[in-house]
Amino acid sequence: MAPNGSNKATNIKNLERERKAFVSRAVATFAILVGALLLLFARMVWLMVYQHDEYRTRSDENRIQTVPILPPRGLIYDRDGDLLADNQPAFSIVVVTEHAGDVDATLSAVAALVDITAAHRAAFRERLAKKRRPLQEIPLKVRVDPRERAVIEVNRHRLPGVAIAPTSLRAYRHGPHMAHAVGSVRRIAEADVATLDASLYSASEFIGKRGVEAFYERSLHGRPGWRKIEVDAHGVERREISRRPPVPGQNLVLHLDAGLQFEAVAALGQRRGAVVAIDPKSGGILALVSNPSYDPNLFVAGLDAAQFAELSGSRDTPLLNRATQGLYAPGSTFKPVVGLAALALGLTDWERTYHDRGEFRLPGQRRVYRDWSWRPGNAGGQGVINLRAAVYRSSNTYFYELGSRMAVDALQEFTAQFGYGRVLALDVADTDPGVLPDSEWKRGMRGEPWYRGDTVNLAIGQGDLLATPLQLATMASILANRGRVVAPRMLKSSDGRLAEFEGGTLAAGNGGHVEGLSAADWEEMAASMVDVVHLGNQGYRRNGIAWFHIGQDIEYTMAGKSGTAQVVGIPQGAEYDDELLDEYHRKHAWFIAFAPAEDPQIALAVLVENGGGGSSVAGPVARAVLDAYLLPKMQAAPPAAVAEAQPAREVVDT
Amino acid sequence: MPDFDRTMPWGTALAKRRLYSVHLDAVLLLGLLAIIAYGLLMLNSVAGSATLLNQLLRLGAALAIMVVVAQLDPRLYLRWAPALYVAGILLLAAVAVVGTVAKGSERWLDLPGLPRFQPSEIMKIAVPLVIAWYLHERTLPPRTRHVVIALVLVALPAGLIAAQPDLGTALMVAGGGLAVVFLAGIQWRWIAAAGALAAAAMPVAWFALYDYQRGRVLTFLDPERDPLGAGWNIVQSKTAIGSGGFLGKGIGDGTQSQLDFLPESSTDFIIAVIAEELGLVGVTVLLALYLVVITRALYLATRAPTTFGRLATGSLTLVFFAYVFVNIAMVCGMLPVVGVPLPLVSYGGTSAVTLLIGFGIVMSIHTHRGW
Repeated sequence: MAPNGSNKATNIKNLERERKAFVSRAVATFAILVGALLLLFARMVWLMVYQHDEYRTRSDENRIQTVPILPPRGLIYDRDGDLLADNQPAFSIVVVTEHAGDVDATLSAVAALVDITAAHRAAFRERLAKKRRPLQEIPLKVRVDPRERAVIEVNRHRLPGVAIAPTSLRAYRHGPHMAHAVGSVRRIAEADVATLDASLYSASEFIGKRGVEAFYERSLHGRPGWRKIEVDAHGVERREISRRPPVPGQNLVLHLDAGLQFEAVAALGQRRGAVVAIDPKSGGILALVSNPSYDPNLFVAGLDAAQFAELSGSRDTPLLNRATQGLYAPGSTFKPVVGLAALALGLTDWERTYHDRGEFRLPGQRRVYRDWSWRPGNAGGQGVINLRAAVYRSSNTYFYELGSRMAVDALQEFTAQFGYGRVLALDVADTDPGVLPDSEWKRGMRGEPWYRGDTVNLAIGQGDLLATPLQLATMASILANRGRVVAPRMLKSSDGRLAEFEGGTLAAGNGGHVEGLSAADWEEMAASMVDVVHLGNQGYRRNGIAWFHIGQDIEYTMAGKSGTAQVVGIPQGAEYDDELLDEYHRKHAWFIAFAPAEDPQIALAVLVENGGGGSSVAGPVARAVLDAYLLPKMQAAPPAAVAEAQPAREVVDT
Repeated sequence: MPDFDRTMPWGTALAKRRLYSVHLDAVLLLGLLAIIAYGLLMLNSVAGSATLLNQLLRLGAALAIMVVVAQLDPRLYLRWAPALYVAGILLLAAVAVVGTVAKGSERWLDLPGLPRFQPSEIMKIAVPLVIAWYLHERTLPPRTRHVVIALVLVALPAGLIAAQPDLGTALMVAGGGLAVVFLAGIQWRWIAAAGALAAAAMPVAWFALYDYQRGRVLTFLDPERDPLGAGWNIVQSKTAIGSGGFLGKGIGDGTQSQLDFLPESSTDFIIAVIAEELGLVGVTVLLALYLVVITRALYLATRAPTTFGRLATGSLTLVFFAYVFVNIAMVCGMLPVVGVPLPLVSYGGTSAVTLLIGFGIVMSIHTHRGW
């Protein structure tokens, strides 16, 4: 069995060789394995030692989020502590899109449970398109009622990424009545984002627009705080790491008198127009009404496009603040200023008389300037009158003649002291300076020289002269103050320093004085304006022009001046509605007043758009506002003289 | 008797001998138990007590199976290797026909009366055994013809598994088979040639991959291209590891792990939890434990009395190591993400059972003499 034996021998030999070969392979394998483990170890060292700082930062960025805390917006009060702008807790449905996954499906699911309008969706989409933090809650519907809140909470497990979030919403208790004075907050728009300090507004959804809310935005807003929180990968907060509380916005107390404001609103009624009442001693604005108005709370809840289009497209322009931005010719209310200008320039005095024949012509010119009393077949005007009569009778002709002798630039310079053509108001947002024309202005705007006829027109407050009711109320205040200039202001007091002003407080801004006139001149002008209201029973064409309408049953001395402003004509060829033309082309009615004349506590301007007669339409509004302000004060402490002179008030319906 | 016993302190040697008589290897067993204990510690950190209990029961069962497997005569495995292999092939074929789809691929088999399982797991044992069985009968180093047949035996199940598609397991199974061929003494130049061929085949392989697999490769090459999507896992696991630093954030204080930034923190990515919470020190300890187990198992392989014993032990060890390497390399961004758990540490019973059966066979081979 040699082959067998040799075979077996080879086998045995092979086995030993195989074992040795295996051992050498095992050693090689072991070396490879150790090498591989070292490779893993090296990789770990690289990540955990050399790149440790970078990954440490990354892991902190993962888990730590800084969530801004909304500062409570400063509250706004009227002079008596009536809360005009409040913050109310509310609940919103919010969506964290990162968790929602399919946003469309989520919105549909929410809409199946609560009422979600197209406007809600649109606003949500719009907000979604803007810049936002990761995992930021995007509001879908603000101010949900308790039932909606419960429905969402109950179904939360089916609505990933949907939550109910507490918010604070601005609430304007007086709705439309205060809208133009206080303004409102509105959702921060894309246009705002570019100009806002992102860190200051990190928690804010709203920004003040219009009115006090806009002017004092910086003070009212406050500074956001933050919370550093640890979140898990689902964005769910696990714990708070640290917190800095927000700095609340400043509370503001305004000069506004809510009661007076309501009276002014009621006095205007359905008519388009404005009322601005000022405390002439301080310049504090007591009432600032523009009618029609809008409900500022709508802007907080969110308007849809149709609602906004209705507001902004209305012919009655409820969004326009007529009191501070509406521009109108002051008409005859301007006459006292012109009269004072003529006195200051030495062009007339109180004794000088002029024969008003109902019309006026510049020498060598054919154009006829007519008095308001002019009718076809001129009845002869107001007769022989002095400046005082020219004021209380509101003679156009007297002032035409003054204007014809007056250098326009001198008149412009004098008039500017009353706040025409500039903004005297210290803290009123969106104020228009109006237009106070002079020769330079006309050359620039019209490319024409100034004609004497322009001054003649200007002397009765027409032509290119334009001003706001706020400016006319300012003028009334300065007349009331016998020349002492006060700058109108909304703010009465604040908690602390205000960011809006250098030095942190509202500067006085008062103390200037209209120059060039004696105290007697001011008193006489005030007396002329008292005559406008009080001079009665003198016979036809001798009474103060407003006496018949407001002066017959009055318990205090009221100085006033009516005005009617011509409305700019519709451009030739423009389409118009015949029905509307009549109303919208009627003259604007003005009345300025202050009272009590001897120690004025309130000065005001009333405008009724297309109202017609100043005395008959705007006058009663002015009277109603003055009554509302003064009568309660007089009842509280009746001045002996007044009480004696007029023991009973006779109600006369006019 | 092995002479190393004499170098041990007396008490240790006694304990070893006692264990030896119940067919267990003390060093290997202690190494495995240490790894298991480590894994349970980490699992306790990231998962609830229910999960922990579940894993305890599974590992207990797997250890029991290992002990049983170690009692059986190694010749049994030699004899039944081909049958196990054939059965595995049949089950893989069955999966292809009636398998249950999970996560986009057919891997599971629901047989009545049996828990749902992946037949590919059988192959992780069957392939090394059958190749070892096949080469055991032949002379070594193997002839070309035998190598080719061995490769076919490897390729068949690997191909079936890859078609499920489960590329990770396929590579594990193929690796186990190829390890046997390597340990059998195949010439180095062949290995070099095979390596070159594999490198050359890479572009071709690219086109053979499924889209999701290509995505994984792309993500591996640049995880930052989609950090919130495909790259999330690897970005977060690297962040967890890197932020751990030298000593780690402390058990239970790993923010990546505890706040759910790290996905699969109790399963495939658990090494990242160890790195984050116990730092480089913790990772090093775990690597050292694995090294102990692997070193001991390889040593046992060289001590085995037969070719089958050596090859089977060696390749089962290499499969175990492959798990360790692929998993850790994947989690720390050195390999594309493939679904390979960290042996005996990741939560899950299947791989633990498979691997411990492997070590049961290793101990059986080592503790039975005269075969």
